[in-house]
Amino acid sequence: MTAALAAVRAGITRRRRLDLAFAAVGVCALALGLLTLGALLWDLGADGAGRLSWDFLTSFPSRHAEKAGILSAWVGTALVMLVTACAAVPLGVGAGVYLEEYAPKNRFTELIEVNIANLAGVPSVVYGLMALGLFVYRFGFGQSVLTAGLTLALLILPIVITATREAIRAIPGHLREAAFALGATRWETTRDHVVPYSLGGILTGVIIGLSRAIGESAPLVTIGALAFIAFLPPAPVKAAAPFLSFEWLMSPFTVLPIQMFNWVSRPQAPFHLNAAGAGLVLLTMTLAMNGAAIWLRYRFRKRIKW
Amino acid sequence: MVESAVAEPTPMSAPTAPTPASAPAEEKPALKAEARALTFRYGAHAAVKGVSLAVYEKKVTALIGPSGCGKTTFLRCFNRMHDLYPGNSYEGAINLYPDGINIIGPGVDPIEIRMRIGMVFQKPNPFPKSIYENVAYGLRVRGVTDRSVIEERVEKALRGAALWDEVKDRLDSLAFNLSGGQQQRLCMARALSTEPEMLLFDEPTSALEPIATARIEELMAELKQRVTILVVTHNMQQAARVSDTTAFMYMGELVECGPTRDMFTNPKEKRTEDYITGRFG
Amino acid sequence: MKRQFDSDLDGLRALILRMGSLCEEMIHYAVKVVIERDESYLGDVQTWENEVNRLHIEIDEVALRLIALHQPAAGDLRLLAAAIKINSDLERIGDQAVNIGETGVFLCKEPKIKLGDIPRMVEVAAGMLKDALDAFSRGDVALAREVIKRDDEEDRLKSQTFNELVHLMQRDASAIQRGMDIILIARNLERVADHATNIAEDVVFMVLGKDIRHGGDRAGAAS
Repeated sequence: MTAALAAVRAGITRRRRLDLAFAAVGVCALALGLLTLGALLWDLGADGAGRLSWDFLTSFPSRHAEKAGILSAWVGTALVMLVTACAAVPLGVGAGVYLEEYAPKNRFTELIEVNIANLAGVPSVVYGLMALGLFVYRFGFGQSVLTAGLTLALLILPIVITATREAIRAIPGHLREAAFALGATRWETTRDHVVPYSLGGILTGVIIGLSRAIGESAPLVTIGALAFIAFLPPAPVKAAAPFLSFEWLMSPFTVLPIQMFNWVSRPQAPFHLNAAGAGLVLLTMTLAMNGAAIWLRYRFRKRIKW
Repeated sequence: MVESAVAEPTPMSAPTAPTPASAPAEEKPALKAEARALTFRYGAHAAVKGVSLAVYEKKVTALIGPSGCGKTTFLRCFNRMHDLYPGNSYEGAINLYPDGINIIGPGVDPIEIRMRIGMVFQKPNPFPKSIYENVAYGLRVRGVTDRSVIEERVEKALRGAALWDEVKDRLDSLAFNLSGGQQQRLCMARALSTEPEMLLFDEPTSALEPIATARIEELMAELKQRVTILVVTHNMQQAARVSDTTAFMYMGELVECGPTRDMFTNPKEKRTEDYITGRFG
Repeated sequence: MKRQFDSDLDGLRALILRMGSLCEEMIHYAVKVVIERDESYLGDVQTWENEVNRLHIEIDEVALRLIALHQPAAGDLRLLAAAIKINSDLERIGDQAVNIGETGVFLCKEPKIKLGDIPRMVEVAAGMLKDALDAFSRGDVALAREVIKRDDEEDRLKSQTFNELVHLMQRDASAIQRGMDIILIARNLERVADHATNIAEDVVFMVLGKDIRHGGDRAGAAS
């Protein structure tokens, strides 16, 4: 073996060692993160799994820890999420589509873009304060499901707008040109091509936003969500005409994070177990939404290829 | 036995002497579109400078030239594609016949022009939809809702693009499952579905392999009986094969334009000769 | 930008010019057989004929290959088309030279006979061939057009020779065989001039893209 070849081989061995070293560091970092997460989940599960039962899910909160349940909390969460989605999706997607497809590229538009990014960083409590002044008092919506939903919608609006814009930007220009070349107007191109092709990304963004919103408690506390609600909002469907009721929008409410916070701040240990159980339910709801996002993204990705 | 005199055959009129060696007078083809001193600017930079070009009806006109000579920019003026992007300006005129309107005139609606003049792009770009929906989109934009009419026109367009037999059993499958050459023919069918007066081809075969290229060229030769065609190509042999008229552009200007057979056997300009023989470009 | 193709075309041109100069020599020597009544010159003519035939095949092969591989257009295409045609004309000129030489050998064995205008015809034909090849080499259209005009003189000289010899043969029957041979030689020389004219026409086509055969050169005739 010549000296030159030996030197090259030694060099390669050294470089391979560095390669392995980095891989090892990476694995350690990953393991650390995963183990911590695992420990948290284990802790939560150990405490809360025992409390999960049908009764737990269908009982109202009570002064007695064993009888307390999360019925009002998870129904409240679901209803608030519904309002959030109904408000955030049209506003966010509409704004995203407008900014990408219609808005002229000038200083004003750039200003708007920068501020949307800023909004994403505003602490959620500030949204609560704003909602208190605007929705609760000035508009008179009161401390209701509607207010909560609108507040959270505003909170996640930047997420939805950004996701929409990213999804639309991913559409290659030549697809738009193909539509225009056939004589389509900008609205027709947007409606028939841009939005359908970006639905996967948009949906993902919406669900990421909802996942964030579902865990928010600070703004809801600020607008006055109560912790001890022993009743459900009125049902949306009525027996008599007009069969649909919107009274539930104006009703007081509570949500899972607030219920959890309330229980955790009590000194009695059983309430802590309740909080853990509620946490598991919240976690499940979040994971279910994320799972839906992944599944939807997969479904749309299959049909769209470019 | 003396034969009776054979009856004189009915005298035919004396055959006229063949006309002397000049080519039979060719019918002057009708004009479909005409660019007059067309100048196009991206911002301050002029990519097309004062080009005047006649495009004859139901003939194939090819635009050749080195990269960056402005031929694609010139082509995209015909269907106002540049309007989609800000900062561009036109000068001069492109007259469309028989009505004589100026395609780039301020009062003319680009949507209307795009409904009369179709385009096939360089890279096949079918919509991520089914084959049927791809071809039907142009009709939907025109407000055609009758399902039977759409089906009929879709079939006609697919036959016109020589694709019908290959896809008739799978019209609902995704366009992306087709090969590159088939996708490009699908894009041609999509453009044909609206029965345009003129078709613009922007280097239609540069992304395709030779057999697919040959099929598209055959299609163009057939289509020109019904539609006027303007094609940009960087492949000179393709221009020689498919076109009736060839125009050579260089650095934004039209250097020479003439019947293809003359351009390729005896061009007038030295720059044209140098480009065609591969001495530059 | 000099392309490999340009070098190939230069090579083809060189082959044609080589073939052309061989033909010129063949005519020169074949005529010597007749005028100097020396059979030995025929040997060289026949040697050169073999080379000319070999070049005939090679030039066609080269030209065809260049067309197939390069898809030439415009000037290059016209050069290749002209090369193939000139190749054919030169090969026929070679054949004519051999015929002259062989007829000359017969004449050597017979008593001498007046040659009439044959020397003048040789001058004209050889001159036309040389100038046509020069025109090809330089792309000289004016020279080519001028060569074409000289064909008329050669035809005139041939008729003159023909008439002279007919009279001779009428007066002297023993001279018929030799007289016929001279007429054949005159015919060969006139054919050489025709082929040189073809070459000149091909040169005009090659340079200008104009086909001036069969009276197509009104502009040239007027000048």
